[in-house]
Amino acid sequence: MARLNVNGTVVEVNASPDTPLLWALRDHVGLTGTKYGCGVAQCGACTVHIDGQVMRSCTLPISEVTETQKIVTIEGLSPDGSHPVQVAWRALDVPQCGFCQSGMIMAAAALLAEKPRPTDEDIDAAMTNICRCGTYNRVRAGIHQAARGGITG
Amino acid sequence: MAPLDNAAPSRRGLMKGAAAGAVLLGFHLPSKGALGQAAPAGQVPEVNAWVVIHPDDRVVLRMARSEMGQGTRTGLAQMIAEELHCDWSKVTTEYVTPGQSLARNRAWGAFLTAGSQGIRQSQDYVRRGGAAARIMLVQAAANRWGVPAEQCSARDSVVTHTPTGRTLRYGEVAAEAARLTPPAEVPLKAPGAWTVIGQSKPRLDTAEKTTGRLVYGADLKMPGMLVAVPRRSPVFGGRVRSFDAAAVRGRPGVRHVLQVGDSAVAVVADTFWQAKTALDALPVEWDSGENARVQQATIDAMLTEGLDAAEAFVGNQQGDARAAIAGAARRIEAVYSYPFQNHAPMEPMNATVVWTPTRCDVWCPTQNGEAALAAAAQAAGLPQTAVDVHRMDLGGGFGRRTTHDWLIDAVLIAKQVPGVPIKTMWTREEDMVQGRYHPVTKCKLTAGLDANGEITGLHMRISGQSILSFVFPTALQNGRDPVQFQGLNPGGTEGAIGYTFPNLLIDHAMRNTHVPPHFWRGVNHNQNAIYLECFLDEIAHATNQDPLALRRKLMANHPKHLGVLNAVAERIGWGTPPPAGIHRGIAQQMGFGSYVAAAAEVSVSNSGELKIHRIVAATDCGVAVNPRQIEMQVEGSFVYGLSALLYGECTVKDGAIEQTNFDTYNVLRLAEMPKVETIVMPSGGFWGGVGEPTIMVAAPAVLNAIFAATGKRIRSVPLKNEDLRRA
Repeated sequence: MARLNVNGTVVEVNASPDTPLLWALRDHVGLTGTKYGCGVAQCGACTVHIDGQVMRSCTLPISEVTETQKIVTIEGLSPDGSHPVQVAWRALDVPQCGFCQSGMIMAAAALLAEKPRPTDEDIDAAMTNICRCGTYNRVRAGIHQAARGGITG
Repeated sequence: MAPLDNAAPSRRGLMKGAAAGAVLLGFHLPSKGALGQAAPAGQVPEVNAWVVIHPDDRVVLRMARSEMGQGTRTGLAQMIAEELHCDWSKVTTEYVTPGQSLARNRAWGAFLTAGSQGIRQSQDYVRRGGAAARIMLVQAAANRWGVPAEQCSARDSVVTHTPTGRTLRYGEVAAEAARLTPPAEVPLKAPGAWTVIGQSKPRLDTAEKTTGRLVYGADLKMPGMLVAVPRRSPVFGGRVRSFDAAAVRGRPGVRHVLQVGDSAVAVVADTFWQAKTALDALPVEWDSGENARVQQATIDAMLTEGLDAAEAFVGNQQGDARAAIAGAARRIEAVYSYPFQNHAPMEPMNATVVWTPTRCDVWCPTQNGEAALAAAAQAAGLPQTAVDVHRMDLGGGFGRRTTHDWLIDAVLIAKQVPGVPIKTMWTREEDMVQGRYHPVTKCKLTAGLDANGEITGLHMRISGQSILSFVFPTALQNGRDPVQFQGLNPGGTEGAIGYTFPNLLIDHAMRNTHVPPHFWRGVNHNQNAIYLECFLDEIAHATNQDPLALRRKLMANHPKHLGVLNAVAERIGWGTPPPAGIHRGIAQQMGFGSYVAAAAEVSVSNSGELKIHRIVAATDCGVAVNPRQIEMQVEGSFVYGLSALLYGECTVKDGAIEQTNFDTYNVLRLAEMPKVETIVMPSGGFWGGVGEPTIMVAAPAVLNAIFAATGKRIRSVPLKNEDLRRA
């Protein structure tokens, strides 16, 4: 029985130790905002924060996550969609199909927490998530807009 | 387990009111908002098939086309709202089911969401649906007041009796309106009077895509639900010879180990991870058959043979190109090729099915609800009236979800576990090797030139795979696949060539492979535009002509094609020196009812590294319903098109596709994305699509710019296989 600290609450997960965090979140904790896109840490649809760091949850077994590590998913990023990244995303209509956007938003939020005023080069380096609809330019614009909105980390 | 905030969307019973015999299920749906299914019948009477107005004035507009990111939901809602005169801030939407459509004589028209036709093919009847509802709402208010309807007007969901200033809200009269006879005459506004169409309204579905609350098919949960993970024969056409179910049956959570039809197996377990890992451990022996001997080289050789074959289907013929080329002072010839591509939508294939001997319900993302219903019913062994398909928003489609092989397997799995909701989910690996692929083709182009370098004849011989012969063989025309000639046709709305040549022959030697082809965003335009637009560039350089000037000479009879080409040329500064190290390319094409052109600025480093700096794209789609959505589709088209150009390639080894995930089928990432400047220039009078057209000029514009930068003509994609260092 694994104990995970998800969005500020400790939950017990009755899953085999090799179960990736992604599937523990989706199938055991019931948080489906974090998506499965590839299972090999390529696409970033499964991105969550662990202690504030970006983590691709599809290749991280729950046996390697401790109860003291704070996991934040898209559902826990803000209680009401008010995180500056989410606000900017809505203002610019960033998502298309939206399936990759939980991961995009989590990656963007972590970047801004680390670098409140990221350059284009910072964004290039941090935002390696795959979007097949092609939202990249609006993702970039959204990050700059959120930065202007004043994330101080 | 401790309760979590935001843990899951609220639950509501959705199946209430569905056809008799339906399994009553609660399942997770968004707690509120635009994305539900049709409300239970009888709850709030509809004004008509398209419009439901609640007593609190909430407007629910019904959708037959699917939303997969292309913005059709918002565009269609704008068109209904334009005529309904409703308060836009109160608009939500809901999907109708194909079962409801069947019961109501297709009241909502076609469900097919492909070919960039969601807006343009339904624009007339959805606007009339909105107008008819407005007329009835106004009449209901007039009846309440006992005044002629002509004295009343409607705006922002309020009916006003002009002489007295009395008002009634739509919500107050909707129930009465619903009882009125629909009007016989439903005039539509002239485009000049539009106030909603043409506006960049924010999308209706963005908010739930920023919080993780939107429930995709892959996210569905139902009480008692199990998860199935299937695997088909890796070699197309192969069959299951045997599998050792006992080897995995005792694993945690595993409930069933099943054969699915002739060609697949599946493990059904409590969770995805349990099913997936058990499937990985399941010993399966396949009977791969003759197809296991097919290699990529086998296919390439077959296509090469077709380039000079005597027999070919003619797509466009003007004059006598063969004779003109034979008698030409000079000839130019080149062979191009285009590989298999996987759609690779971010959400792998999935469907949730509850099957009983008398009823089958399906929840899935599909681009065609009606085709999904037909496929599900056939697989279920039930009449369509005993089946329904409840659509979920798609995590990408790009054509993959217009065909339902994955749904058929999901029904065949659920049929073996009656009464239990089974969510069948593909792994990314399954999605990659069981795709329906962009067809593979080659093309030999031969031009005859006179002594002045003017083109006297052009022959384009396409050799390769036909989509229709696999997907809709009955649509072939005496064996000829008309879709093969997209963008090269002598006329028509779907892809007319933009040039006039003195003599022209475009023909197709059909060479089909065992790899199943399908419609893939942009379809045959993708390679046809590369073939023609890059070859024209070759002719221009071989004859010392400016590529734009050469095109203009050939485009005198094609003003709309020329219009978009001129627009991008002007914006990019064609004819003026580009910044140091930057080189330009240009291309145009017409397809899916729209005219598009692109100009690209690229640089290539001494070590052969390509950087695409800037793209200017112009679209003439006749009517622009939502300019911002069009810009998003144009930007997205470049990501899709440039992904294919840079990386996209599926290859065959021993009859199976070699690429199994994004590590071997890479796609464009944000850092590689150029700046895109979109020119939306609707010239009016026609309705063109926007989801696909721009993709077709992405690759040729960049390839032509690469030639300008390097002097190297790349005739085979993707570029990952090419050395771009200067010649």
